[in-house]
Amino acid sequence: MRGWPILAVLAALAAVPAVTSDNIALNFMVGALIVALAAQGWNLLGGFGGQLSFGHAAFYGTGAYVTALLQQHGVNAWAGAALGVAAGALVGAVIGFLSFRAGLRGSYFALVTLAFAEVLRILANAAPFTGGAAGLLVRLDVRAANFQFASRVTFFYVALGCVAAALLLTWSIGRSRFGAQLAAVRENEEAARALGIDAFATKLRAITLSAAITAAAGVLYVQYYLYIDAGLAYGTGVSVAALLAPVIGGVGTVLGPVVGAVALEGLGHLTRLVAGPVPGVDQVLFGLMLVAAIAFVPGGLVGRRA
Amino acid sequence: MYSPAIIAEAVVNGMLTGAVYALVALGLTLIYGVLHIINFAHGALLTCAMFAVWGLGALGVGPYVAIVPLVPGFFALGYALQRFVIGPASRGRDGNVLLVTLGLAIAIQNGLLVLFHADTRSLDAGDAFEVVAVGPMLLSQPRLIGFAVAVAVAVLLWALLALTDTGRAIRAVAREDLGARLVGIDVRHVFAVTFGLGCACLAVAAGLLMPSYYVNPRVGEAFVLIAFTIVVLGGMGSVPGAAIGGLAVGVVESLSGLFLGDSLGQIGVFLIFILVLLLRPAGLFGARA
Repeated sequence: MRGWPILAVLAALAAVPAVTSDNIALNFMVGALIVALAAQGWNLLGGFGGQLSFGHAAFYGTGAYVTALLQQHGVNAWAGAALGVAAGALVGAVIGFLSFRAGLRGSYFALVTLAFAEVLRILANAAPFTGGAAGLLVRLDVRAANFQFASRVTFFYVALGCVAAALLLTWSIGRSRFGAQLAAVRENEEAARALGIDAFATKLRAITLSAAITAAAGVLYVQYYLYIDAGLAYGTGVSVAALLAPVIGGVGTVLGPVVGAVALEGLGHLTRLVAGPVPGVDQVLFGLMLVAAIAFVPGGLVGRRA
Repeated sequence: MYSPAIIAEAVVNGMLTGAVYALVALGLTLIYGVLHIINFAHGALLTCAMFAVWGLGALGVGPYVAIVPLVPGFFALGYALQRFVIGPASRGRDGNVLLVTLGLAIAIQNGLLVLFHADTRSLDAGDAFEVVAVGPMLLSQPRLIGFAVAVAVAVLLWALLALTDTGRAIRAVAREDLGARLVGIDVRHVFAVTFGLGCACLAVAAGLLMPSYYVNPRVGEAFVLIAFTIVVLGGMGSVPGAAIGGLAVGVVESLSGLFLGDSLGQIGVFLIFILVLLLRPAGLFGARA
C-alpha cells in the first residue's frame, strides 16, 4: 500500500480541532480515536495474522487498571502508562504462549480468548485492591506531568499521536519480512511451516504487539475519563468494539480500523441523536451491520473487493 | 469446613441445574457436530426464549405449558436463521460464521434491551419455592421437574437421531456432507433442520429455567459461556458428552459458589473451560482432532 492515503487520513483528523472547538465534537473524536487504537491492535493479530480474538478486552483492561493502580501507589502517570502497556503486552504473551502452544485455532482460539477476558473481569470485580464493583478513580490533578491536560485539544493530539504511531507500525509490518511470515501463517499454516517459518514464534510476536497497542488504548481511556471499572475495562463490549471496527473498515488493511472506528462511532452517535436515550439502539445497528458487512462487503470499506 | 450433608446437597442441586445447562449445551453441540460451526447467538436466542416464556406467563400461561407452542416456534426461527441468514451470509467460511453469529447475538440481545430495558423480571410462579424432601436433603421442586424434563428431552433427541429417517440424514451430513449430497440428501435443508432442533432445545430449557430463574437482556451471556464450557468439556459434537459435561459443570459451579462465594464463584467454570481447551481441546469424550 502506498503511504499517501494514510497521510491524508491523518491530516484530515489533525485538522478537526481547527474546524471545530465544540466540546461534544472533540469528546466524540477522542472516543473514536481510543476505539480506533484498540481496533488497530486487534487488526494486527486478527487481520494480518488471521487469529480471530474475542477477548481483546483482556489487554485493554490490563492497560487501564495497571495505569490507574500504579498512580494510586504514587507512581508517575507517564511511567504508569508505560508499565500499563508493558503489562498488557505481557498478558498477551502469556495468553498467546498458552493458546498457541496448545495448538488452538479458529473458533477454539476465539473461545479461549473470550474466557481469559471473562476471568480477568470477574477477578477485577471481586479483588479488593481493584476497588471491586465500585471501580477505581484516578486523582484529578491537571498537569501535563500527570498525563492530564487542561484542554481537550491537547488530549486529542496525544490520542492522534498514538493512532499515527500504530498506523506507522502496521504499515511497516505490512512491508516487512515479519509481515510476510504473518500473512503466510494466516493463509496456510502447514504450508508456512513447510517453508521453514516458525509459526508459533510468528503468532506469539503478533499477539504481544497486538496486546500492547490495545493496552495503550486502555491507558488513554483511563487517563481521559479518570475512572475505570471491571465492565468498562474487561467487558465483552470492549472486545466486540475492537473487532467490529476492522471488520467494517477492512480486515487486514492499514487504514481499516481507523476508518471503521470513526464510521461506527459516528453512526452510533447519530443513532442516539435520532432515537433518543434508548440504551442498546446503537448496538442493534452494530450487530446488524456486522452481519451485513460479512454478507455484502466482505473486504470492508477500504479493503480490496474480492 | 462445611458438613458432608451441606456438600452433598450442593452436589445434588448442582446436578439438577446442570441438567438444564446440558439441554442448552445439547443444542449447541448438535449444531457444532453437524454444521461444524460455533453458534455465538445461542445465548441471545435462549434469552429470547426466556422472554417469550415470561411474556406468555404475563398472559396467564404457565411456564411448562408455554414450552408446547414455543418448541415449534423456535424450531422455525432457527430453521429460518440458518437457511436465510447465517448460511448465505457466511458462504461456508468458519471465520465468517463466527462473526455473523456474533453480530446476530449483539443485535438480538440489544433488541431485547430496547424492548424490555435492563430490568430483571421473574415469573410469580406458585411453585418457585416449593421443596421436596429426598432423604435428608431438601430439593427445589422446579429444579427436580427441570431435571426430569431435560433427561426426557435428551432421550427423545437421541431417539430422533438414532431411529428416524431425518435423524439418519442428519448423521450422514455430520459424517460427510459431500457424500450425503451425492446420495440425494438436501444438505442445506438438513443444516437448517439441525439448527432448528438446537433452537427448540433452547425453548424447552427456557420453560424449565423460568420458574426458578430470572430474565434480563444479558442473562444469556452467562448461560452461553457455561454451555461452551460444557460442549468443550464433553467434546464438540458429542451428545452424551454434553449430557455428562452439563452435570459436571453444574456441580462445579454449585461447589465453587459454596466455597468461594457468589461473585468469585463464577470463576470456577471459566478456569475449567480454559484448562480443558489448553490441555485437551478435543474434550473428554470427543475424538482427537
